[in-house]
Amino acid sequence: MLYEFAQWSEATGLGRMIRNSQYAFPIVEFFHLAALAVIGGAVLVVDMRLLGLGLKKTSVAQLARDAQPWMTGSLIVMLASGIALYTSEATKCYQSPAFWIKMSSLALAMIFSYTVRRRTAAADEVGVSPLANRSVGLVSLALWFTVAWGGRWIGFGG
Amino acid sequence: MSLLGASQWLADTSWSIALHESLYGYPIVESIHVWALCLFVGLTIVLDLRLTGLTFRTVPVSEVVKRILPWQIAGFVIMVISGVLLFYAIPVRSYQNIFFRVKLVLLVLAGLNVWFFNGDVYRRIQEWDRDPRPPARARFAGFASLALWVVIIFCGRMIAYNWYDCDKQPQPGVVNVLAGCTSEQIQGQGQ
Repeated sequence: MLYEFAQWSEATGLGRMIRNSQYAFPIVEFFHLAALAVIGGAVLVVDMRLLGLGLKKTSVAQLARDAQPWMTGSLIVMLASGIALYTSEATKCYQSPAFWIKMSSLALAMIFSYTVRRRTAAADEVGVSPLANRSVGLVSLALWFTVAWGGRWIGFGG
Repeated sequence: MSLLGASQWLADTSWSIALHESLYGYPIVESIHVWALCLFVGLTIVLDLRLTGLTFRTVPVSEVVKRILPWQIAGFVIMVISGVLLFYAIPVRSYQNIFFRVKLVLLVLAGLNVWFFNGDVYRRIQEWDRDPRPPARARFAGFASLALWVVIIFCGRMIAYNWYDCDKQPQPGVVNVLAGCTSEQIQGQGQ
């Protein structure tokens, strides 16, 4: 069923348009990569703070509030450009272990970010144990790094 | 020896060939380059956003600079080392790639931007450290850095594509000049 979905995605107008153009794929890739830098900063600054690194004089809650719109905004750009890249080579992605590793860790990373991590960060002003903070920061970093790693390896045919 | 000659010499070294032909070596170096992009450019964006007054407005600028700088430096070192290795694996093609050349120029401009910022408005940081909206010159440095890094990422990604390569003739004259294509390449004999 997933394979049929991949075939259907490739047959969409968007998928065909990107495949038929010499420049569309690289341009969409660029937006994907630029948004990666933004989401990298927005995630790192909060995760590092959760780990007790970086902007230590500012509360996690404050940093998370400031970073939130940038994280959500860049995530939207990532998803939109990612879907476009997917439609252009969906059946190749279907056969790529790296793609499935990326999608699984992405699902986990998004759920974790908008539930556990968000609550931990917001509650920080009233006091969260350092151990809980650190674990949340570490899990978030590990998940997002796996997403980035998987993404890069799709391109290597892994 | 010309720079092209130096690139050719580099390309013939055994380690360059090994990295170029390796099944996992090159992809790993490239993955590290992309990871370091998150760390270095990501944190640079955090600082730039503070300088432009767009976000993190309650955090003193000096605090952002002081706490983030060590991580930026670490990210930058990884970025440069992995970047040099990527060049080392494919020296001639990179040297004659217009995106690679533009990227190097922009990297210098980004460096100059930091240098001017440090020598000028950052010296008076005490006067505006806690301003939610920093002075115009600081905001300019922030926006300039954001713009430069976006274009640097663009150029970096486009190096991988061979539309304007010297061994793919005919190219517009301006491409041949900017890429430094040799007359043999332009006449279609390639390499």
